[in-house]
Amino acid sequence: MAEAALSLENITCTFVSRDDRSQRYTAVHDTTLAIAPGEFVSVVGPTGCGKSTLLNVSAGLLQPSSGLVRVFGEPLSSINARAGYMFQGEALLPWRSALDNVIAGLEFAGVARAEALERGRDWLRRVGLGGFENRYPHQMSGGMRKRAMLAQTLIRDPDIILMDEPFSALDIQTRQLMENEVLDLWMAKRKAVLFITHDLDEAIAMSDRVVVLSAGPGTHPIGEFHIDLPRPRDVAEVRTHPRFVELHAAIWAVLREEVLKGYAQQKRV
Amino acid sequence: MLKSIKTGSASLRFWQLLLLVVILGVWHVASKDPKVAFFFGQPLEVWGRIWAWFVTSRDIYTHLWVTLSETVLAFFIGTITGLGCGLWLGLSPGASAVLDPYIKAANSMPRVILAPIFGMWFGLGIWSKVALAVTLVFFIVFFNVYQGVREVSPTLLDNARMLGARRRQLLRHVYLPSATSWVFSSLHTSVGLAFVGAVVGEYLGSASGVGYLILQAEGTFDVNTVFAGIVVLTAFALVLDYIVGLGEKRLMKWQPRTGETEKI
Repeated sequence: MAEAALSLENITCTFVSRDDRSQRYTAVHDTTLAIAPGEFVSVVGPTGCGKSTLLNVSAGLLQPSSGLVRVFGEPLSSINARAGYMFQGEALLPWRSALDNVIAGLEFAGVARAEALERGRDWLRRVGLGGFENRYPHQMSGGMRKRAMLAQTLIRDPDIILMDEPFSALDIQTRQLMENEVLDLWMAKRKAVLFITHDLDEAIAMSDRVVVLSAGPGTHPIGEFHIDLPRPRDVAEVRTHPRFVELHAAIWAVLREEVLKGYAQQKRV
Repeated sequence: MLKSIKTGSASLRFWQLLLLVVILGVWHVASKDPKVAFFFGQPLEVWGRIWAWFVTSRDIYTHLWVTLSETVLAFFIGTITGLGCGLWLGLSPGASAVLDPYIKAANSMPRVILAPIFGMWFGLGIWSKVALAVTLVFFIVFFNVYQGVREVSPTLLDNARMLGARRRQLLRHVYLPSATSWVFSSLHTSVGLAFVGAVVGEYLGSASGVGYLILQAEGTFDVNTVFAGIVVLTAFALVLDYIVGLGEKRLMKWQPRTGETEKI
């Protein structure tokens, strides 16, 4: 197998309570995961199982307690400069217009302003926000903000794209549109994608591979499924494909138990 | 009846003016009595004093200039140092932990008592007043910025870091704009306090300024001049506040206003 774009090797993340050093919580335990260049991998799991922790470790925002992250073979020690991260929450700078937000990454990298603006306008058009260059985040709808965040992440042309439930706050129609747009953009560039979601339909419809995580604490992968559905896909149409239904049933059989476990734990607390 | 008045309508203006006229009328009638006039002055006399200051004898301009320059200098020096220190301490937990008790002590101290010391240090000119007003403005801005820096959304910071921002860029593009919004929420308070500091400083010892005029008038029981001074100070405080409001509107146009819709 060719060198992985991103590989997590035996990652364990234990958080220590700030007030009481004896209070420990192991969010992720001994997790190994590799993503090939150009591969679209989704990670699904019950809520609160440490999916975002894995993503933060991959981004270099969080140092694992033990284990190693490799980016194209190089061990990662600080921020993952080859990755773009699309956050779950609001991450646009509220004092910048849509265009200025999109070009932020280019500005930080010292790209000449005229060139940055041109590329920024081009990306805004690509995500369907042409003509909204001067809107501030609070003047845009939730879906528009997500599009701007997508453009902001992709304009730097990262080799690895990390996405943390990017569409979970959107209504179902907007969500399917965005999913298709992301798939189109991905088909054109073929970058490695690590996609975190709690929505199994979304995971199957978009990915090459779906990894199922166990309920926390001590989350680790418990199942892995290759999604051999034909591409290009339309996320709405593919749901009726017989193979989709089969895969859904197989993955759900594994996931269901964990979801129930996670739910029972949350009820106990 | 009052419920039917809509904000911003002409009838609101009418009621506001009517209230002013009523107050002035009552004042005028009551001050026919010389005893009342001695303590409360007479509105027509007060108006005459203001008119003389600005139009006939034109002798207030130098004093007004002194007071306003003290205020504006204190406002800018206090805001900029407050912003700088707030950013610095907000970003370096070690320094802020060491300095914490001193900052608390300096803030709880009634700073008006510093006026005599500043008088000794900086003389009776404008700088002793500027120094006093700066101590008032500084802490307001400082605490707002300090709080603002610590409450910058972690998602914004993580996002900027993932987009390749280095420490200096984080400071310039995330911390500073975020702190600025907190500074602006404090500027209305601090412009008022700059004015208070300047006038109190003049009142405690000076050779010019509106505070000095009021002090002189009080010494001769000229209550009309005292009231005239108060009216002039109030008017200029409102003007300064309005200017800050304009600056805020320009710089903070990215902030959502409630109920804002787009006119087509």
